[in-house]
Amino acid sequence: MKGLSVSKAVTALMLAGLVLLPLYSQLSGNVFILTLFTRIVILALAAASLNLIMGFGGMMSFGHAAYLGIGGYAVGMLAQEGVGSGFIQFPVALAASAIYALVIGALSLRTRGVYFIMITLAFAQMAYYVASGLARYGGDDGLTVYKRSDFSGLIDLSNRTQFYYLCLACLFGVIFLIWRIVNSRFGLVVQGLRSNEQRMQAIGFPAKRYQLVCFVISGTMCGLAGALLANNTDFVSPAVMYWTRSGDLMVMVILGGMGTLFGPVMGAVVFLLLEEFLSQITEYWALIMGPLLLLIVLFGRGGIMGMLGRAGRG
Amino acid sequence: MLLVVEQFLNGLQFGLLLFLLAAGLTLVFGIMDLVNLAHGSLYMMGAYFAATFAAWTGSFLLGALMALGATLALGIVLEVTALRHLYGRDHLDHVLATFGLILFFNEAVRLIWGPAGLALPLPAWLTVPVPILPGIHYPAYRLAIIAVALLVALLLYLGVMRTRIGMLIRAGASNREMIGALGINIKLLYTLVFGLGAALAGLAGLMQAPILTVQIGMGENILILAFVIIVIGGIGSIRGAFLAAIFVGMIDTLGRAFLPNLLRQVLSGAAASTAAPALSSMLIYLLMAIVLVVRPEGLFPASRR
Repeated sequence: MKGLSVSKAVTALMLAGLVLLPLYSQLSGNVFILTLFTRIVILALAAASLNLIMGFGGMMSFGHAAYLGIGGYAVGMLAQEGVGSGFIQFPVALAASAIYALVIGALSLRTRGVYFIMITLAFAQMAYYVASGLARYGGDDGLTVYKRSDFSGLIDLSNRTQFYYLCLACLFGVIFLIWRIVNSRFGLVVQGLRSNEQRMQAIGFPAKRYQLVCFVISGTMCGLAGALLANNTDFVSPAVMYWTRSGDLMVMVILGGMGTLFGPVMGAVVFLLLEEFLSQITEYWALIMGPLLLLIVLFGRGGIMGMLGRAGRG
Repeated sequence: MLLVVEQFLNGLQFGLLLFLLAAGLTLVFGIMDLVNLAHGSLYMMGAYFAATFAAWTGSFLLGALMALGATLALGIVLEVTALRHLYGRDHLDHVLATFGLILFFNEAVRLIWGPAGLALPLPAWLTVPVPILPGIHYPAYRLAIIAVALLVALLLYLGVMRTRIGMLIRAGASNREMIGALGINIKLLYTLVFGLGAALAGLAGLMQAPILTVQIGMGENILILAFVIIVIGGIGSIRGAFLAAIFVGMIDTLGRAFLPNLLRQVLSGAAASTAAPALSSMLIYLLMAIVLVVRPEGLFPASRR
């Protein structure tokens, strides 16, 4: 019981920090930290969506960054074609991600284990090459989004603080949704499939259909992150979908604690802050980050959430 | 005709090169059950070692031999210090840990050799065009790659199927506890297999180096191709890797060479020239998707329990 409270306390502290961050940024006049944390919150959203299929569903997708690109390109392309309204851009971004997830999921879920990891990776690379081939939308060089999504006065995305709170609201909304999904009958079936697919099938659940729906929900959530990311950087390029980005998302999930509600958020905060911190010390930050990942895998079972739990108990 | 023969040989050469990479990957996966993303880094290190040693000794062959030894040693060190502790862990752990190794190697290379790429010049006797058919010439170096890779493939086949070590390797793949119980030093065997895989990756890297520039991240794209190959061929199967590698090499090369012209027949010129590169890059992944839909275990699944 005590172990639970340590991780809960740290989580609460982190969430309070995220909510109060714009206040600190205003008081200290540090604008950079708000930009940095907007990015962190958006990628935390992507990591949380990956956690839904990876942590709860046991589906190890190595191509999750594809949705970041699809959501981003939906916003970028519509903006380029003169459709600036966020009320159109965001639904299109979500729908495009959902359709992609449906097709990819239907094919990929025929396989399992390493094959699943590899086929999701291959499909994401395919999406990467498609984006590189879009000459009309910048191709390899990427696409500049000259105007952020317009929500007709409801919220101004060019205002840093308002945009930050929009991203944070999306993150909390998604986590709330994941919490409801995980505790619903549907979520319990998906988690049952993770532990023992054969048995669930023998009971009479159509395994693939449940997993596919879960896969599509996760992809749609990540598409939202993509749409926000394009607005944050005012730019979208194929590099967003590159496989190392999918790897980054996986690292965030594992680092924070797979299969925990707030673990991926914790993972994203720690990973990106560490990246920022190390890159300020040395240009060669990856030289430290790489072995650190290895050590985390070797010794830090259950990620930060797992360690906090053990610290509380021990 | 000339173009067709030339591109066909290019496809064969690229396929064989991919086989060298995929063979190490599939051996390590089939026997140690380890997913090694850092295999591409070993390929890169092979190329960097070769470029350095060749510049140092002034001889391409000597440099290549030294690079081969260096990647073998590097593979063994890597296995003993880090990867050995990952055996028996979840595949996800492998993916993450070796992802970390990629970051490390890319950065280490940038620190040691700098961000700019290196060139590995060929000796004069390898640059001459060789007549292969009446009126058709082909670069000697590419022929040499084909010959070396075929020789290595043959040696690999004989080594795995006909020697005592090969027998132990196959036995280790089907039942590791049993051969451990029979008094075989399984740890040493694993280190040996990993070293062999690393040397194969290094060989592929150093042979590709004179054709492309030696640069950071050169192992990453080709690694994904190698993964596609072992998935198509069936994980753990060397025969499957060989056939799939040739197949993928052909499709990739021929697609790039002929798809733009084919598309121009049906599309307007501008549309074809933008769509063709993307489509030819996608072809392989489409092929993989089709194979996995039809045969989820790959074309030649190794019989594993």
